[in-house]
Amino acid sequence: MGLISNGTTLLDAGAIDSGVATGALTLISTSTASSSASLSITSGIDSTYKEYIFKFINIHPATNNKELTFNLSIDGGSNYNVTKTTAVHIHQHGEDGSNGNSEYSTERDLAQGTGYQKICKDLGNGNDESLSGTLHLFEPSSTTFVKHFITRTSSYFGSDRAVDMYVAGYGNTTTAVNAIDFKMSSGNIDSGIIKMYGIK
Amino acid sequence: MGLISNGTTIFDAGALDSGVAKGAMTLIKTITISSDTATVSFIHGTSDVVFDSTYKEYVFKYINCHPASDDQKLVFQATTNGSNFNTTVTNTYFLAQHTEADNSNPFTYSTGDDQAQGTAFQRLNESTGADADQSISGYLCIFEPSSTTFVKHYSSRSSSIFDQASDVYGSGYFNTTSAITGIQFKFDGASIGSGSISLYGIN
Repeated sequence: MGLISNGTTLLDAGAIDSGVATGALTLISTSTASSSASLSITSGIDSTYKEYIFKFINIHPATNNKELTFNLSIDGGSNYNVTKTTAVHIHQHGEDGSNGNSEYSTERDLAQGTGYQKICKDLGNGNDESLSGTLHLFEPSSTTFVKHFITRTSSYFGSDRAVDMYVAGYGNTTTAVNAIDFKMSSGNIDSGIIKMYGIK
Repeated sequence: MGLISNGTTIFDAGALDSGVAKGAMTLIKTITISSDTATVSFIHGTSDVVFDSTYKEYVFKYINCHPASDDQKLVFQATTNGSNFNTTVTNTYFLAQHTEADNSNPFTYSTGDDQAQGTAFQRLNESTGADADQSISGYLCIFEPSSTTFVKHYSSRSSSIFDQASDVYGSGYFNTTSAITGIQFKFDGASIGSGSISLYGIN
């Protein structure tokens, strides 16, 4: 049974009708790390949304000076090895006032690489040290275009620095991307949350 | 007929009641380009576009905009009268790039791409290729376009491909105290062959 008001269908088939204006940002999933080797998201990435946003909340590594990384999959998570070209820049400032600078990071970019993309620099593992930030993935279901993504993270560098790191690039595939994997460059993700949202 | 639960109106007059929490980000309009289109415009009051004091912030998401010919820059401008896109702008523009052949251009401020009290369309990226799989995606935020007191701040970030990854940032202000009532997008030297641009309002 539906619910119609003023000639407009509001509820139908157990859901708010698609014609009713609701929020454009939808929480799809929340992944919580607990001494996790990786956090893989293998469902919910499809043509439902043109853009997906991943929010990293206080990602804390088990091992000092390691980097949060990600990779994409076109086979539902069986393999995370999509070819990527990326540009990376970093801005940092130490707690003692040193190392205030900006740089392009040739050691963290990829040129048609299939490895995991780093999205922070030498994350500390002190009790209060962590990373938070965002990754946007555009139209992963496209079978026409490459898969653009952009990230920005704020992290606590292992030697007591604030690091603001930016990555942009593309998965160089015209096959639909349907899964994403996050892990540290070495060691576990000790704790932290990754939320995935869809944008109408 | 409305729907009232526990004394609270949930639905009325064919919509969720304004008192019901429904998220702070609202999709206003999506324009999908499926054939060569010279310009894409969002004008308040036209074709269901809201771009006024309803929201303090507006966000445009351009997703896989694909040019009809190679080496195109996606550009935008604002209007205060709904027809002329020539609002004075002062801004900054910087970028990082990395080619598929592993050549990186240093993180750079680009003096050739910014404007100082200019009225031209503003670039959102360096280059977009026209190969079948090449495109630009990103976002543009505009703050309180309806203000008649302040200049109109904006910020943007774009990822595009022209056999290299380009990460381009723009920020600045339209130097007017008139309300901005619309935004237009186009490629600087070709039609938009395909893509979509969505407008959101942020409560």
